[in-house]
Amino acid sequence: MNKIVSKEKFSENVVKLEVEAPLIAKSRKAGHFVIVRVGEKGERIPLTIAAADAEKGTITLVIQKIGVSSTKLCSLNVGDEITDLVGPLGKATHIENFGTVVCAGGGVGVAPLLPIVEALKKAGNRVITVLAARNKDLVILEDQMRKFSDEVIVMTDDGSSGKKGLVTNGIEEVINREKVDLCVTIGPAIMMKFVSLLTKKYEIPTVASLNTIMVDGTGMCGACRITVGGKTKFVCVDGPEFDAHQVDFDEMLMRLGAYKEEEQADMYKVR
Amino acid sequence: MAADRNVAWREDLRKTMSNKERTSIPRVQMNELNAGYRARVREEVNQGLTKEQALVEAKRCLDCPNPTCMQGCPVSINIPGFIKNIERGEILEAAKVLKETSALPAVCGRVCPQEKQCESQCFYKQKLKKEAVAIGYLERFAADYERDSGHVSVPEIKEKNGMKIAVVGSGPAGLSFAGDMAKKGYSVTVFEALHEIGGVLKYGIPEFRLPNRVVDVEIDNLSKMGVLFMKDCIVGKTISVKDLENEGFKGVFVASGAGLPRFMNISGENLIGIMSSNEYLTRVNLMDASNPESDTPIYKGHNVAVIGGGNTAMDSVRTALRLGADRAMIVYRRSEEEMPARLEEVKHAKEEGVEFLTLHNPIEYIGDEKGRVTKMRLQKMELGEPDASGRRSPIEIPGAIEEIDVDEVIVSVGVSPNPLIPNSVEGLEVTPKGTIVVNEGMQSSIPMLFAGGDIVRGGATVILAMGDGRSAAAAMDLYLKK
Ligand SMILES: Cc1cc2nc3c(=O)[nH]c(=O)nc-3n(C[C@H](O)[C@H](O)[C@H](O)COP(=O)(O)OP(=O)(O)OC[C@H]3O[C@@H](n4cnc5c(N)ncnc54)[C@H](O)[C@@H]3O)c2cc1C
Ligand SMILES: Cc1cc2nc3c(=O)[nH]c(=O)nc-3n(C[C@H](O)[C@H](O)[C@H](O)COP(=O)(O)OP(=O)(O)OC[C@H]3O[C@@H](n4cnc5c(N)ncnc54)[C@H](O)[C@@H]3O)c2cc1C
Ligand code: SF4
Ligand code: SF4
Ligand code: FES
Repeated sequence: MNKIVSKEKFSENVVKLEVEAPLIAKSRKAGHFVIVRVGEKGERIPLTIAAADAEKGTITLVIQKIGVSSTKLCSLNVGDEITDLVGPLGKATHIENFGTVVCAGGGVGVAPLLPIVEALKKAGNRVITVLAARNKDLVILEDQMRKFSDEVIVMTDDGSSGKKGLVTNGIEEVINREKVDLCVTIGPAIMMKFVSLLTKKYEIPTVASLNTIMVDGTGMCGACRITVGGKTKFVCVDGPEFDAHQVDFDEMLMRLGAYKEEEQADMYKVR
Repeated sequence: MAADRNVAWREDLRKTMSNKERTSIPRVQMNELNAGYRARVREEVNQGLTKEQALVEAKRCLDCPNPTCMQGCPVSINIPGFIKNIERGEILEAAKVLKETSALPAVCGRVCPQEKQCESQCFYKQKLKKEAVAIGYLERFAADYERDSGHVSVPEIKEKNGMKIAVVGSGPAGLSFAGDMAKKGYSVTVFEALHEIGGVLKYGIPEFRLPNRVVDVEIDNLSKMGVLFMKDCIVGKTISVKDLENEGFKGVFVASGAGLPRFMNISGENLIGIMSSNEYLTRVNLMDASNPESDTPIYKGHNVAVIGGGNTAMDSVRTALRLGADRAMIVYRRSEEEMPARLEEVKHAKEEGVEFLTLHNPIEYIGDEKGRVTKMRLQKMELGEPDASGRRSPIEIPGAIEEIDVDEVIVSVGVSPNPLIPNSVEGLEVTPKGTIVVNEGMQSSIPMLFAGGDIVRGGATVILAMGDGRSAAAAMDLYLKK
């Protein structure tokens, strides 16, 4: 049912898949995600819907190889079927004309950021996108981002593309030169933590899209829970986007490591 | 009912033995796997009765003129009717009697809290102060016998009437509703959010208590009857109730269950190694995480504490033993008497070596530098006056606080109704607790939308969910034919 209709490699570790999913393509909005399972013994993993084509009945996923499940998914080819694909899940991004929005994406967080950048632009915002990666080869979706952004700033750790520095340097540069009304950040938890600390200093409202560990994605298990403003929230149904200044990122970082040993022990399956 | 009792063969059967002889037969013992062995494997603990055992146990039933046992069964199964068929050796006939009322006898025979329902009202228990007739064991026997015989009676299906009906959720409520509507000639599609059909019967109740193959047989039967199953489809997300209406579905039955876990909101509850029983059981049952072939990880704790005293807690603690825990504990704030779990589960858990810390309540969790739970603080309790639930309420004993080592904690303190449908259907009346409001015909405030099972009752039982499915089918049929 969920046949892969096209595949593109963005880099060694990042793959784009376009998958048949007519119902989801019709009902999804920016910010929604799906849960995917590869194989009868496969794990359920969450992935953002990067784009959708309601007419064609397809959705686009951008996947970074991290562990067993993402690697299995990246190794599928055109014509293969994804065993299970369910969604759209989570709350859609709140889109309106905020004014000037800085969208900061790091690593594979860039993929889920794309539909948000697109929706914000279409709502009339001035969108400045900051893309961060370790080096030139890991910068993805730059061209697509340019299509929907007023400006794209690329930051790399080694300066091999764009400017040398961290994502926070890129954001601060914008803050120092113009008024920013909102910041949206998606990336590794540690990156979002520092983005959040920075924008808090400048009192700029900030939304972070959290990528916790999930199982069902429908509010049934609580694996995805985090603390926001002192209260426990389920990322899959209450989020995935939250007021970054309220999120307990240290707890989230800790919880992301819950199955580190077990996951690493499983890697023999895809090596 | 009386007519049924007066058929010649039953009158003759009653005369074959005196009541005195019948009542002097001791209640049958279930054949169980040895506790030491079973506590480490996933095989079903109860092995069922042999035919010889069942025939003897069936003799105990007095075929009462006023079978009070039936009042104890939420769906009023014709209990003497099926038991007497067992006694005369017509087991397939017995299975047929069960199926007149229950869509899932092999399941209910295994998981009903019989000691609180049918068996509690049996003449033996009520008047003779003896152990009740083993109604549940016999029910399971008849259903299993039919399945193993290969002569499963496929119900008669009325000619298709051309009307499409949608079911949301594939737990016992949804399955029994689907079966009844298919029999009445409707074209039924069941939508299920997960990648497996069966609801709690699959993701919650473990293999050692309810093997998946037992549930699969029922699902296969429904498929044979023409019921369609759509997995990975969330009504209210993937497709809306409005979409269903637009696609020509004339009625919708919501059986989406009470799948949301509750936590206690105490300090340290988000540490690694602390999770809901839903997460734990889903990983093990639905995702098969303890199988090395499975990609889903599971942490196998050494000192596992399970908070709660219901069936879910017992299932979790016994699962922990089977995954290799050295110490598996139930932590429950009341005493054993107030535990809502089935008696048999408590007994089995004890035999398998589960420790019971009753009158203890967790107040805080403490973790190591990696954020993994290492200790829990427990407040000791004593029992006070009965509370609103009629059970004696637990009261803290000031200063009586204990600390124990744990590396995994399963929180099993109840579930809330699934809010997906209530949130996504405009104008649907729900209670403050989030359950859907229905009339006696299980019809909601939106006429084409019926609901039943845990989404209406909060966390209840398999048999009540199943009964709701059947009542809703009868009522929706009437409504659609008006
Ligand atoms: C709402 C949501 C949307 C997401 N969207 C995308 C997307 O569009 N594209 C994409 O590539 N990924 C996305 N992710 C992350 C993706 O789900 C994980 O990368 C994936 O589950 C990893 O599975 P695995 O078996 O390959 O790796 P695992 O073996 O499970 O993990 C390997 C290691 O990575 C770390 N890890 C585990 N889960 C995550 C996680 N969720 N985020 C970061 N690190 C993790 C752990 O420390 C683990 O030890 C999203 C996550 C969420 C919650
Ligand atoms: C671990 C455990 C042990 C138990 N033990 C016993 C026992 O021994 N005896 C007993 O009588 N009862 C027991 N119960 C309770 C019993 O299982 C439930 O009362 C019963 O399953 C409720 O049935 P249901 O059909 O209402 O819902 P469920 O069985 O919960 O099924 C609901 C289904 O709907 C699906 N769903 C939800 N929302 C949507 C949506 N929007 N779209 C599509 N699908 C959706 C869910 O994924 C699920 O599969 C136990 C429960 C648990 C959790
Ligand atoms: S369905 Fe349950 S309560 Fe009813 S007779 Fe069978 S075991 Fe007893
Ligand atoms: S009350 Fe007991 S003895 Fe009487 S019919 Fe029911 S099961 Fe048989
Ligand atoms: S993933 Fe299970 S509740 Fe969020």
